[in-house]
Parts: sequence; structure tokens; C-alpha cells
Amino acid sequence: MSERAIELEVLRYNPETDREPAFQRYAITCREEWVVLDALNHIKENVDPTLSYRWSCHMAVCGSCGMMINGEPKLACKAFLREYTGVIRVEPLRHFPVERDLVTVIDDFMEKLKRVRPYLMPKDVKALEAGEYRQTPAQLNRFKQYSMCINCMLCYAACPEYGLIPKYIGPAAIALAHRWNQDSRDGGRAARQPEIAATEGAWECSFVGACSEVCPEHVDPAGAIQQVKIKSTVDWYQEHLMPWLKK
Amino acid sequence: MSRKPYVRPVTAEWIFRHPRYVRYMVREFSCLFIGSWTLLMVWGLKQLAEGRAAWSVFLDVLKTPESVVFHVLALAFAAYHSVTWFRLAPKALPVQRGEDFVADGVISGAHFAVWAVLSAAVLLLAGAF
Repeated sequence: MSERAIELEVLRYNPETDREPAFQRYAITCREEWVVLDALNHIKENVDPTLSYRWSCHMAVCGSCGMMINGEPKLACKAFLREYTGVIRVEPLRHFPVERDLVTVIDDFMEKLKRVRPYLMPKDVKALEAGEYRQTPAQLNRFKQYSMCINCMLCYAACPEYGLIPKYIGPAAIALAHRWNQDSRDGGRAARQPEIAATEGAWECSFVGACSEVCPEHVDPAGAIQQVKIKSTVDWYQEHLMPWLKK
Repeated sequence: MSRKPYVRPVTAEWIFRHPRYVRYMVREFSCLFIGSWTLLMVWGLKQLAEGRAAWSVFLDVLKTPESVVFHVLALAFAAYHSVTWFRLAPKALPVQRGEDFVADGVISGAHFAVWAVLSAAVLLLAGAF
């Protein structure tokens, strides 16, 4: 198995001693099949045990290891070192406060996620003995791609709107709200609308499209947000111009 | 252990961090040309309403080199704006037939086709053919 020397420049920040973050360079020997996360694990185990970062599954499922790699939001477990040349720059996810080194404060996203109620609010509540809520493959396909979201927040790091206007609810939260709105079993759209159809919701988006480009699970939050805009516009017209239609 | 999260400032540098942001800003920038052209048309309507002399002043202004350069730029930006938006249309208007979604190319292609037909109709009405 081939090995090669690489250099990583990692943004370090110790809240107990540092006024601001600064880059620290590590020179290591990596194996061909390593991803950035392997390199960080190697550094932590063999070079510098103080290096802090989040990770869990190492297979692009948990969404914990999102970070900026050469300026792009990536999952460190999906970013192969062989795809990079020169010094690889690793920084915490943009647009989130830095807790320590590559660990960010994600409270803002968690609070927004809660606000959009990303869970089934059944249209018709059935007793348990009445059986499951059934769905056709077509009904499933209507929202399936959005259910692939792993809450990794890469889309927030890619979104300049979120960086400039932090009160914006953001791509993943709106995509997940839309996922449930599109679900044939769900009846919670009216409860989600005040959050996602607000100025700080879908209307803050100016369709940069970066969220969909960086999504490691190929979810299309940009598409979800535009669909929310269209549906909210139809709602407005129905309410103000054709109130008899909205009974 | 006390917490002291560091908030990194957001500077205008983000625009040049990736070509996608530059493309986006060019699309946003196109509104200046499209908006200016619209204002020019409003002024043209006003001149038309004021009579033959005022209308010929408008036509003379359109023939100046500055106006020609502006129109070439405005057309280029309007085309860029339209092309980028039509290519994004399938995201906003997905069409599901049965289990599957209609291919993106069909949806943006339909937009391009309508655009071509309407443009041809406008040119026809303007006596270009």
C-alpha cells in the first residue's frame, strides 16, 4: 500500500488561551486510501493529542465531521487526501462560532431545526391497532431525496445568505420542513408555514444554489426552498384574491 | 472550563471563494442592466406620449454609440440571467409523472422553447422579419 508525505494546515483555537484562531501545520505520512478524517485521527493519536474535532461514523452517515477543506464545506470522512495537492487547509465549518479547534457551536441550527417541526404530524391520527400509515412508491418519491439529509450543516457553511443574515432559517431546516410537507401522511404544513414562509424563512434565500452543490447526500435544499416560495405565493393569492377557494 | 466561542467575521471575500459565488453575483448584477433598460423604455413611452418631436429625440439617443454599447451589454446580461434561471427552473418546478420525475432537461427545454417562440413573436410584431 503506497504512502506519501502530506502537510495539513489546521485552524486551531483554544478558548482558554487564544484571543483568536491561528493555523498550525502538521507534516505526516498518509496512506493512499486515507481521507482527511484519517489524517486528523493520525495527528491526534501520534502527533498532537490536544487537537479537537467531531466525528463518529466515518462513513458519511452521522454528519458530525463537516469542516472546511481548502475552503469548501466537506465531510472529512468523504474527502480523500489523494484528491488534493499541496498543503491541505482544514478549518471549522464557516458561519458557525468556533468552540475549539474544528469544533463549532451548532446551537443555532438545532434551535431552527426544532422550530420547523421536522417530524410527522399525522393528517388523520389512527389508533395503533388500525395499522400503519400506508404510502405508494410515488408518494414516497415525492419527498424521499429530502429524507436523506444527515444534518451535517455543510449547506449552512456554503450559504452566503446565512453567513450575512444569521437569523435566516437556512437550507437544511427548510428542506426538512418541505420533506414533511410533501409527505402524504402529514398534515402539519399550516403549523410549519409561519416559520418557513416568513421573511427569515424561504424568502431570505436568493437562490445561490451552493447548498445543493455541497450536499454530501445529494439532497437539493435549493429546490425545496424555491418550491416553498411558489407554494407560499399560491397561498397568498388564494387567501387575498380567491378566499372562497381556501375553505 | 469557561466557554468563549469565537465568531469569525464574514467579509466580502466570500464572493471569490468559489466560481459558483462569482456566477451568482454576475446573475444578481445583471438586474442593474435590466432595470436600467426598463427605465429607458419608460422614458421612451413618455417621449412617445409627448409627440413626434419628443419621440425622435428618444430615437436619436438610442442611436448614440453609448446607447449601442449599453444595449449590447444589457442584452448579454439579460441572456445570462435568463439562461441561468431557466436552467434552475427544474428545481423550482419539478413535475412528477407516476413514480418518477420528468427529466430536468425537458422542463428547462420547455422554458427555452417558450422563450424562443415569444422572442420570435416580439421580433415579428416589431417588423424584424
